[in-house]
Amino acid sequence: MEVLIYLVPMALGLGLLGLIGFLWSLKSGQYDDLDGAAWRAIMDDDVHETAEDGGR
Amino acid sequence: MSDTRDLSHFVRHIEGGVARIDLAVEGMACAGCMSKIERGLSTLPSVTRARANLTNRRVAVEWNEGAIDPVRVVERLSELGFRAYPFDPGGAEAAEEQETNFLLRCLAVAAFATMNIMLLSVSVWSGNVSDITPEQRDFFHGLSALIALPAAAYAGQPFFRSAIRALMARSLNMDVPITLGVLLALGMSVLETLHHASQAYFDSAMMLLTFLLAGRALDQNMRRRTRAVAGNLAALKAETAIKLADNGDLREVPIASVQPGDIVLVRSGERIAVDGVVVEGTSEIDQSLVTGETMLATARKGTRVYAGTMNGSGTLHVRVEASAEATFLDDVTRLLEKAVEARSRYLRLADRAARLYAPLVHVTALSTLVGWLVVGATWHDATVTAIAVLIITCPCALGLAIPAVQIVASAELFRAGVLLNAGDAVERLADIDTVLFDKTGTLTLPESEVINAADVPGDVIDVAGRLALASSHPLAAAVARAANAQSPLAGAVEEPGQGVRGVNDGVEVILGRPSFCGAEREAEALAASDPEASAIAFVRGRERHIFAVRQRLRRDAVAVVNRSQKLGLAVEILSGDRVAAVEHVARTLNLKHWHAAMTPANKIAYIAELRAEGRNVLMVGDGLNDAPSLAAADASMSPVTAAHVTQTAADAVFLGDRLSPVTEAVAIARKAKRVMRENLCLAVVYNIIAVPIAILGLATPLIAAVAMSGSSILVTLNALRVKGGRSPVRWKS
Repeated sequence: MEVLIYLVPMALGLGLLGLIGFLWSLKSGQYDDLDGAAWRAIMDDDVHETAEDGGR
Repeated sequence: MSDTRDLSHFVRHIEGGVARIDLAVEGMACAGCMSKIERGLSTLPSVTRARANLTNRRVAVEWNEGAIDPVRVVERLSELGFRAYPFDPGGAEAAEEQETNFLLRCLAVAAFATMNIMLLSVSVWSGNVSDITPEQRDFFHGLSALIALPAAAYAGQPFFRSAIRALMARSLNMDVPITLGVLLALGMSVLETLHHASQAYFDSAMMLLTFLLAGRALDQNMRRRTRAVAGNLAALKAETAIKLADNGDLREVPIASVQPGDIVLVRSGERIAVDGVVVEGTSEIDQSLVTGETMLATARKGTRVYAGTMNGSGTLHVRVEASAEATFLDDVTRLLEKAVEARSRYLRLADRAARLYAPLVHVTALSTLVGWLVVGATWHDATVTAIAVLIITCPCALGLAIPAVQIVASAELFRAGVLLNAGDAVERLADIDTVLFDKTGTLTLPESEVINAADVPGDVIDVAGRLALASSHPLAAAVARAANAQSPLAGAVEEPGQGVRGVNDGVEVILGRPSFCGAEREAEALAASDPEASAIAFVRGRERHIFAVRQRLRRDAVAVVNRSQKLGLAVEILSGDRVAAVEHVARTLNLKHWHAAMTPANKIAYIAELRAEGRNVLMVGDGLNDAPSLAAADASMSPVTAAHVTQTAADAVFLGDRLSPVTEAVAIARKAKRVMRENLCLAVVYNIIAVPIAILGLATPLIAAVAMSGSSILVTLNALRVKGGRSPVRWKS
């Protein structure tokens, strides 16, 4: 059962990494525009729009 | 007359020689607009960053200091088809954002701790009934303590602070039992761990914090979103003034940078943005937003004018005075302060519950301790049981019962076009039994309309409309709107204060005062039949026509009055306007009770009278003169077109041209309050079941965890019932 001595802290460390990741993303403003972020993922930034409102 | 806009007030200077401006953008509704704006702005030279925010409908633009004028950014956006308004971030909104982020950080920490401790706790629980060794259990408990103590110290801050504040003020709020429960649970668990006990309550304490923080973070997010919309609306109103510099230059500047003593130019048809005294020019002024009076008042040199009034036909130079010196506003402010003081502080449902609940819980825990000692239990066992009572009664469900409903209700109100200013407005709106409407700008639309357009031949109204475009007088603007005129009549000349004249198809056409057009007789006939309407005459050759212009009732005013009565509300009109005008509206709406020519003090006195009779009054008004009565009523609403002071005094602001948000808000608030009561009952039922178990000493951490999460989920699901199945009401923003 000695395996727990390092496995459990390792699991905790991984969880902590996730927490730090969240705090970092919060700090860098990634939750400021939730509606916009959903659309940015599927936006074709490299494709030029031909029609006036081709993006709609 | 040319003038330049000065936006330097809104530009923020950030390190590295970069300037930044935040703009509220009208019409940005889709992802396409977002990329169009960002790409369009990036083509401007030296713009380093343009970022659109679709949630807030805002754009942040950064450029190298001094490289371009911020006005160019606004112009570029208008070339792209979007109207942008500079926006002053900071103040309340920045604080709100900080608070949101802090709560989210707390929630993240608490959730992380709960998940990991629960992992260890489940192992202990299952181990306790199988083959866990005492060493392993101590190891798990020790690890749990290592996670829980720092996490609780950080994530518990919002509760600890609030509890300390309450105790310093010698009162009890919900955060006091929460804080006590968490601290005692953690303390006892540490002691139990040191004594190699088989159970610890680390998971209960952290779970409690997580649930409560989730409720608070959601609540805060909703509030922040409402504030962002309100902030945009304020920016869209574009409160700017045209300042006359000493050298004769004109600059358009934001109101905030206008100083007392400055001379401000007010052109015809513009809203006066400052309080001050006219130093040059004569004009007629529409004061309906300030006093509710629909008759135009004459302004000449020496006349005092107020912010929010509409300038008529002439151009005025106004010397700005500090608003504190303006006598009318002074009156309003004084009355406002008195009214706010007089309003007996409404005790929120949650606070009332906390006042009952906190002592009850503490007494129960204490008697459990004493009871067990009396029947001969050891100090240790008695204390553990007493603390278990505190943990299990910790108002997890109670803490969520009301915020959860409030979140759903304010989202629902938001959809109906109602923005809440005050947190407890939902509860107060639910208790309303009397609605008092102001007339001008509330029951009626703030803009005047031609009411007899159907009686005038179509070609006449077309020509009149095109002629009207040459004038900026508010009455002419109404004619232009009625005709839906697009292009002004070429060569039309305006005679200030009289009318416009021009030539159409070789025939002279004139639009203006009846006396200017020689149509006094027709105007008198109109005045006799409809005393409220203003007459504007139109002459083409020998033809004479009269347009009757007045403020029209909001389209759904009759329906809203009927619906209010169906909701069991008494409806009355409380107006500062003339008797004849108010009587006409009251008759149209079929209302028996109306009061005209009321001063702000009269209005307050009347509201106080109604309240003394035990009625709960909702005041709906828009004028500056309504602000004190809004504060004096039990609950208050104002349309988004209202004066700034008035909006601040109101509990809620409604958007759009329709009046229906008022009744809708009352209906939603009533439903919300009912669900709040249900939730409180659920929390009580939960306690009735759980407390005896805890008192008997049977509440293991496992039972506490199941009971807590179960009741929280139940309460949250019940709160969702406030959400109606109705199709969303659309409103213009």
